[in-house]
Amino acid sequence: MFPILTVIILIPLFGAATLLFVPKKSENIIRGITLMTAILDFIVSLPLFFDFREDTAAMQFVERLTWIPSWGAEYSLGLDGISLFMVLLTTFTCVIVYLATWTAVDKHVKEFNIALLVLQTGMVGVFCSLDFVLFYVFWELMLIPMYLLIGIWGGKNRLYATVKFFIYTMGGSVLMLFAILVLYFEYHAQTGVYTFDILRYHSFGMSKTLQFWLFLCFFIAFAIKVPVWPFHTWLPDAHVEAPTAGSVILAGILLKMGTYGFLRFSLPIFPDASVSAAWWISWLAIIGIIAGALMALAQTDVKKLVAYSSVSHLGFVVLGTFAFTLRGISGGIMQMINHGISTGALFLLVGILYERRHTRMIAEYGGLHKVMPKFAFVFMIVALSSIGLPLTNGFIGEVMILIGVYEANAVYASLAVVGVLLGTAYMLWTYRRVVFGKVTNEKNKTLPDLNAREMIYMAPLVVMIFLLGIYPNPVVRKMDASVKNLLVTMDKAKEARLGHPAAALAANLDVDKKRD
Amino acid sequence: MVIVPPSIDLAAVGPELILTGVASLLLLVGVFFKEQSRFLNPWIALLGVILASGCASYELFPHTTFQGMYAADLFTRFFKLVFLLGTGMTILISIKYTADERIEHAEYYALLMFATVGMMLMAAASDMVTVFLGIETLSLSLYVLAGYTRTRLVSNEASLKYFLLGGFATGFLLYGIALIYGSTGQTNLAKIAYAVTHGNPNTGLLTMGALMLLVGLGFKVAAVPFHQWTPDVYQGAPIPVTAFMSAGPKAAVLAVMIRVFEQSIVFMNIDWTIWITILAIFTMTVGNIAALVQADAKRMLAFSSISHAGYAMVGMAAASREGSSAVLYYMLVYTFMNIGAFGILALVARQNEHRTAMRDFTGLAYKNPGLALIMTILVFSLAGIPPMAGFTAKFYVFMSAIKAGQNFLVLAAVVNSAIGIYYYLRFAIYMYMKEEEAPSTLPPLRASLGLILALVIALYGVIRLGVLPAEYLDFAGKAFLTF
Repeated sequence: MFPILTVIILIPLFGAATLLFVPKKSENIIRGITLMTAILDFIVSLPLFFDFREDTAAMQFVERLTWIPSWGAEYSLGLDGISLFMVLLTTFTCVIVYLATWTAVDKHVKEFNIALLVLQTGMVGVFCSLDFVLFYVFWELMLIPMYLLIGIWGGKNRLYATVKFFIYTMGGSVLMLFAILVLYFEYHAQTGVYTFDILRYHSFGMSKTLQFWLFLCFFIAFAIKVPVWPFHTWLPDAHVEAPTAGSVILAGILLKMGTYGFLRFSLPIFPDASVSAAWWISWLAIIGIIAGALMALAQTDVKKLVAYSSVSHLGFVVLGTFAFTLRGISGGIMQMINHGISTGALFLLVGILYERRHTRMIAEYGGLHKVMPKFAFVFMIVALSSIGLPLTNGFIGEVMILIGVYEANAVYASLAVVGVLLGTAYMLWTYRRVVFGKVTNEKNKTLPDLNAREMIYMAPLVVMIFLLGIYPNPVVRKMDASVKNLLVTMDKAKEARLGHPAAALAANLDVDKKRD
Repeated sequence: MVIVPPSIDLAAVGPELILTGVASLLLLVGVFFKEQSRFLNPWIALLGVILASGCASYELFPHTTFQGMYAADLFTRFFKLVFLLGTGMTILISIKYTADERIEHAEYYALLMFATVGMMLMAAASDMVTVFLGIETLSLSLYVLAGYTRTRLVSNEASLKYFLLGGFATGFLLYGIALIYGSTGQTNLAKIAYAVTHGNPNTGLLTMGALMLLVGLGFKVAAVPFHQWTPDVYQGAPIPVTAFMSAGPKAAVLAVMIRVFEQSIVFMNIDWTIWITILAIFTMTVGNIAALVQADAKRMLAFSSISHAGYAMVGMAAASREGSSAVLYYMLVYTFMNIGAFGILALVARQNEHRTAMRDFTGLAYKNPGLALIMTILVFSLAGIPPMAGFTAKFYVFMSAIKAGQNFLVLAAVVNSAIGIYYYLRFAIYMYMKEEEAPSTLPPLRASLGLILALVIALYGVIRLGVLPAEYLDFAGKAFLTF
């Protein structure tokens, strides 16, 4: 069998290795090679979508090789309905990012592109790994290039931001590492087998206390990454200081690793602890949704505004995930994809403005619809998608989550709706201040509109916004089996806790009927 | 009357013999061909190391020799190879350094090799007397090496401090040995264990003895709170010597600790793992926190080496076969990455070690991109970030400790790893992210052949043992104590 996942992981790494031998001065060749590598990687990853079988929750495209036999660690890769879209999102976003950053970075171009490609390898690896050690290796591998991206090519306050980013993430990661090890020996104590195979850990019985503590370790690691309020303080700094490429990757993909971690590790491995912790995690998510939106309202820096909006949007994903309903979790995954596309696009638009004016202050702009009509048009579509207007992708994700959460707890859902309203407020208000009105600033009068390259990389994003908004079914269908499989575990845990299985099951069966 | 000749197996001490022979030859060459041998010295020494490695990698059937004073098992063999690796790399990074500092004497290399012989004896010691012999051979060589750049005041200071405090610590060690002897009537580790389990020794004396031993060995491995000498000595000694001291000798002391504790003290009714646990926690934390605030790269690496000894001791606290294998693996990895990092520091420091501050690394990434990249890989490895070997080594150590139920200790260790990252990152910050205030007027750095070789070895080790560690893990896994 063709080892497609390994190839997808390795293509960027080979690209990076090739770049080592390209002379520093030929910057366009370097950028060209990077872009070609990403396009190739994307093309290779496309068959994943079409060959993916919808009727099974089992891992697909599985590859297994012995790696460290004495520990029971394997080189094992595979995809299910949850990780499939994360991989596709990564390869898709990377193409756009590399095209977008063509002119944005002109110092140390070679190092920049190498860092980007290594980062891509790490990201794809994280989503494909089915082995704890392998997962952790990719998880950390990703940190180094991101650290350099912010630290070398970032804004004024980049050193502070990059160190904060690194220490926060690392602090969470080492706790996770500790928990992995405890888990490993607990598994051995129960089964007599030493293994780091993640799937074997899914729903194996542990005492409630141990589950709780290990769940907590994993939770902190992922919550920092998402970021869940109150672990979010690194995010605005990192986003604001990062170069556009870094921001887009950070928002589009890196943040998803936290929510992906919940779905791959926290829920299936610690179902009882997840169910019993759901109430306070949901409250954290709600606080994040509302506080993030309020903070966004107060920002004068448009990049910071988008960063806080991320906190708010990912709050929805967490809320949906911990509702343990079909709609909630599927909606969460949808929203992960949507957020990657919409927020990625927002950061790109901010980057476009920044390249022209070198400022991100909202007050500096105004009346752009006159000088940059194409920009205003694209910005409108993206802003509406971020708000969640029907026909755009954002709507599908948000509605699914809200229904899913409502099924579990009406109070949470009604509070989350407040976040939707606030989201509309800050996004439209920002749009009004930047795009509408008169051109008040002399410098804005001569701004060039989107050029061909910018149109080319914004176009696929706009297409995706509508495609996912109008016809999300192919995507939702593909994640269905995996999500249902996860729900079986969660329902058992809910039964064990609540003691009335009928109620828990009925909610899900009901949803199934409606869909069929 | 029949006189039974003592059982002596010269093959077991082959590497020691080769090293001693070559070192003695070096001394003679140094006397008779003083001028001509200048350029040959390091290469002769290197040849000796390679020959000794060949001899050491030969797998002997595990046995003890010299009437039970010398254990020739896989444990010894593993450590011998680690020491030879460290010595070899040290010689490679010394070539240019000694030439620049005008200390390219035969004695310098001979002392390195004598120190290595001392370390080998320590790793092989199955008797307290051999332990003492090894430690003294090692220490005496190191006292001289630390002060080898005689015209530099700090170097003299380092040597004197090391000597005085080292002598003091040796006193503790000897006293410990004497107390245990007084209680059991034995110096042989296995016989001590037998006497403890079958006789009726004085527990008070034994506990005191074991504690004294711990203090003495703790000093040699620079465990907190017996570490006070380390920063000054490491900072004052010539950089290659610091590199050497921070890797091999630490491994040797850890080898002794594993042997002494797991072969005899474990039988005494003493809860020694709690001592090691406390020492490990202090060592990691203090080393890390002190390293955080250093502005001098050399001093920072000195503190970092303290904290690394702490991580290795986490494996010891596991008190299991996995634990000691993990320590072995850790020291192997540490030798690769630490000597590599010091090698780059030696180059950046230039003549007279004028430029060892962190800020002297400013902008290195754009003047010597290759060098900066290697340094980045090495410090990330030191920080324990995958896919570098530093991660695998830490992972193995933590794994063994959790298996032994030392969850709290591992929690302390992982928190420390997170703290430690901050100061390792500073290398990357200076090299990649800071601009030089004024364009430098210094001549460009040029790596010598020896340094390049050493860095290639370090890089190979750091990546190979990080990405595909299986074979080396098995190698360390097999190297358990037989005697």
